[in-house]
Amino acid sequence: MLNIALPKGRLGEKVYAMFARAGFPCPSILEENRKLVFENREKGVRYFWVKPSDVAVYVERGAADVGVAGKDILLEHAPDVYELLDLKTGRCRMAVAAPRDFREDMRRKLRVATKFDRIAGEYYASLGRDIDIIHLNGSIELAPLLGLSDVIVDIVETGTTLRENGLAVVAEILPISARLITNKASFEFCREEIEAIRRGLETQTEDKA
Amino acid sequence: MNPAIDALTSEERTLLKLRALYRQYGYAQFRMRKFEEYDLYAGNKDFLVSENVLTFTDLNGKLMALKPDVTLSIVRASPDRTDSVRKVFYNENVYRTSGSTRAFREIPQTGLECIGPIDDYCILEVLLLAAESLRRISDRCVLEISQLDILAALTEGLGVPEETRRKLLKCIGAKNLHELRALCREAGADEEKAETLLKLAAAGGRPEEVLDILRALPCPPAAVRQLEAIARGFRASGLEEMLRMDFSVVNDMQYYNGIVFRGFVYGVPVSVLSGGQYDRLMRKMGRSAGAIGFAVYLDELERIVPEDASPDADVLLLYDEDVSPERVCREARALTAEGRTVMVQRQAPEGARFGEVRRLTGEEARDA
Repeated sequence: MLNIALPKGRLGEKVYAMFARAGFPCPSILEENRKLVFENREKGVRYFWVKPSDVAVYVERGAADVGVAGKDILLEHAPDVYELLDLKTGRCRMAVAAPRDFREDMRRKLRVATKFDRIAGEYYASLGRDIDIIHLNGSIELAPLLGLSDVIVDIVETGTTLRENGLAVVAEILPISARLITNKASFEFCREEIEAIRRGLETQTEDKA
Repeated sequence: MNPAIDALTSEERTLLKLRALYRQYGYAQFRMRKFEEYDLYAGNKDFLVSENVLTFTDLNGKLMALKPDVTLSIVRASPDRTDSVRKVFYNENVYRTSGSTRAFREIPQTGLECIGPIDDYCILEVLLLAAESLRRISDRCVLEISQLDILAALTEGLGVPEETRRKLLKCIGAKNLHELRALCREAGADEEKAETLLKLAAAGGRPEEVLDILRALPCPPAAVRQLEAIARGFRASGLEEMLRMDFSVVNDMQYYNGIVFRGFVYGVPVSVLSGGQYDRLMRKMGRSAGAIGFAVYLDELERIVPEDASPDADVLLLYDEDVSPERVCREARALTAEGRTVMVQRQAPEGARFGEVRRLTGEEARDA
């Protein structure tokens, strides 16, 4: 039985549909109830919903053999897992945004508000720019508006939230999408089962650019 | 029943089995101090599993470190000999951060090192001992080996900058073929060579399948022959079932070369054994000899130990205030002489489990 951790929410539902089409359905998962774990014994899979940012933890520690996590989470937490496939869904970008009239003062340390300390830190280190990271857990867009930071590093999907708050993307750091990940030890002991899932999902991503 | 053996924890049992195994092949135990001069680690930080080292200042002002690694100490303490191989095993605690926990931990580690003129037999012996070590931990286990000379040749052939090459190796280590392909394209690598590297990164599994793939790729022939010889050696030893070849084992090429490997046992989510040839570390430390070794991380094994259902003691012996100490002592000794374990208390401790409870009262001993 393979344990599969899916991210709770809209992305998770999309991803579950991909697993079902790949030949690993579990109809009970679509019933409206408060259950957290869903099993299809015949197909040898057990799904469960977890907070998106926790998927990598479940997989790294072996509570889940396989999972789906955003590339942002994988870069930020650098879990020791295999990243088997880009599912090419849940696409967005990690970007630097600032108030529309922002001009960077290179004589000063740049104050960066973000949820993604590591990604922001590595990005600015690659530019050789000295920064002050301000870690926030939500409403990142607020920080430059109130003078808490100069810029933000955050996920941008459509850009609507940014626009409505007078912010604009000033630099793109990298594109983000959902990835199929697996525990390294699980892969050793369930190589065929995991490969079958990977192949079933891969055929669904091939037509996407 | 031998009470001394019954008293061993499962970690101690594993340790004894491994020690017996290494001694069978003539490995001598290497003992070392808990700390070393910090300089030993400062110069080789990338060799360490985690670069955080616990340091303190000695009374003479010298910066010392609680050892985060055993290999460096063994190399330093070994004479640079090229006539015969020095074979040692160790069982030590190391101090380092591990995984995502941002705190220092004491990690029990056992392992072995061969230092000297390392040849194909010596490599095979170490690999077989690694395999046998895993089998002494669990029946369901896997030893995964890789050959860094093949990886080095195929990545060097791409003609990409060193920085890109490091990223490529990281992708191979994560079995991340989609980003590997994108990186090769971005760096303008030769398409045919990039395709070869992708095939290598995707290869993994039983030796025969992987060797078939390798023979069709432009790999260094000597390295492929070496892998073939290892596969034959495992077959001859009846251990081929647990051997896998997989190029996602990518130890740091600044230190390692040739064969690198790691081991998994069922039920533990991380690798419990890791090793390889480290001639490059030897050069960095000014040695001309070669070396190969591995470590077994014993702290990870507690996950596969079944929960201890045995009682805290076979007999709980309770005694009243007016019972003399000599009598309590006599009763307790009589029980232990029968081979039973006994806990003596005035009152039953909370939460503890016992096979049987006896009470000694003022007049006579009788079962409660």
